[in-house]
Amino acid sequence: MSRPKNVIIRYSATNRVNHWITAICFVLLVLSGLAMFHPMLFFLSGLFGGGQWMRAAHPWIGIVLLISYLAMIVQFWRENLVHQDDIEWLKQARFIVSNQEERAPQTGRNNAGQKIVFWSMALLIPVLFFTGLLIWEVYFGAATSIPVQRAAVLIHSLAAIAAILVWIVHVFAAIWVRDSVRAMTQGYVTPGWAWRHHRKWLEELASGQHDETNDRKRP
Amino acid sequence: MSDLQSQDLVRRSASTMTPPSVRSHVEQVAKLIDVSRCIGCKACQAACMEWNDLRPEIGHFEGSYENPADLGPSVWTLMKFAEYENEQGNLEWLIRKDGCMHCEDPGCLKACPAPGAIVQYANGIVDFISDKCIGCGYCVKGCPFDIPRISKQDHKAYKCTLCSDRVAVGQEPACVKACPTGAIMFGSKTTMQEWAGERIVDLKSRGFEQAGLYDPPAVGGTHVMYVLHHADRPSLYSGLPDHPRISPVVEAWKGILKPLALIGVGLAAVVGFFHLIIEGPNEVTDEDEAAGERVLRESESEKSP
Repeated sequence: MSRPKNVIIRYSATNRVNHWITAICFVLLVLSGLAMFHPMLFFLSGLFGGGQWMRAAHPWIGIVLLISYLAMIVQFWRENLVHQDDIEWLKQARFIVSNQEERAPQTGRNNAGQKIVFWSMALLIPVLFFTGLLIWEVYFGAATSIPVQRAAVLIHSLAAIAAILVWIVHVFAAIWVRDSVRAMTQGYVTPGWAWRHHRKWLEELASGQHDETNDRKRP
Repeated sequence: MSDLQSQDLVRRSASTMTPPSVRSHVEQVAKLIDVSRCIGCKACQAACMEWNDLRPEIGHFEGSYENPADLGPSVWTLMKFAEYENEQGNLEWLIRKDGCMHCEDPGCLKACPAPGAIVQYANGIVDFISDKCIGCGYCVKGCPFDIPRISKQDHKAYKCTLCSDRVAVGQEPACVKACPTGAIMFGSKTTMQEWAGERIVDLKSRGFEQAGLYDPPAVGGTHVMYVLHHADRPSLYSGLPDHPRISPVVEAWKGILKPLALIGVGLAAVVGFFHLIIEGPNEVTDEDEAAGERVLRESESEKSP
């Protein structure tokens, strides 16, 4: 891999593999879930080899997603802890969305928006998992009463829609804030990227607070 | 039977288009089960197995006349026996033939996500088109009467078809044909309602003041109706729902949530796209790179003495 000379490792190979397993599972679950949610999207079942295959595969992909996201929580929970300045950053959100980021407070490794995405998914994925178990007809069809399953399927749908909305925000931000995708595909960011979007993190790196985890390639 | 009657559909699961409606003149049919004339012989159960080639597994004695213990993928109708001690202290043996009620507004069809896996014919019969079934079990959640059962062998839902194959060629359902006391009748829905009216008058004259017809309005009426001696308390008959309706939870899930969710998700994506078009990407400038480099360089020079 050819890298620019001065780069900062933002996501390790483990981080990236974990993220993309989660991402693939999530996309497959969205496609199969929407196919079972709305008749106009039932054609998506063709991507899974038909309705029966889709119905059979969806819960298993969900299990992989849960395990994968739990691993993400283990790796990322610390840097997503919420601080006082996150509230301040959110109050200045209008500057962020209008590309006047310099007028908003400086952020550490993650900004409040990233933390919201992280913790929203940390809440929604377990909710989807447990409600999903209750409506997993093959194994748990007889485990709970029908009214419980009705409530579970409604909560499952609502949580799924919420998760899709969070995911849209996540993907949008990754495309909008240029070179963020590269951080998750190739692992590195430039010092300018860190300066612009996560200045406190850059300063922490510079003062040697993260030396053990962030290997930076200098000429 | 889906191909033979493909022009006779009035409702089709998971379909946003109007079903074929040219031939919608077909007369509404109904099965009338007169509980007061049933002797519990189970001829209807045997006839159902015979006609539909259903052979449920041999089960175990559960201390009840009910055999098998419950409806199943290959048990589409089941005699249910309830012992009820009335106000006079006398025992009443309330025997009810359980099975699909063929609702005019079927909850199973509303809940089904597979296009065309559940249909309603113009004559009112609700039928499962099994090759289109994906085995999700949503029909079980949609049904107000706890009728559909999912097979563990082929992961498909099954229930009474009201012998749609027989009815399509002008015959009555197998259970009707087999009933030795005339407790099960079949014909047009209006004829059955009239006949039920006569029976109810007769029952009332014999002291069953609360006799009546079970044709619950909250599901639009049903194409299987009961004459009950205690129509004020249907639940006496092995838990026949007093006020069956499609659960509001199912109505919300399959009603307002579907369009709302798609609009919401679509809107979020569109807003994101046009934000990019209007505001443009958030890009790192050369000044940012210089400033970032400077921060790293300064820290490096501080460290090296």
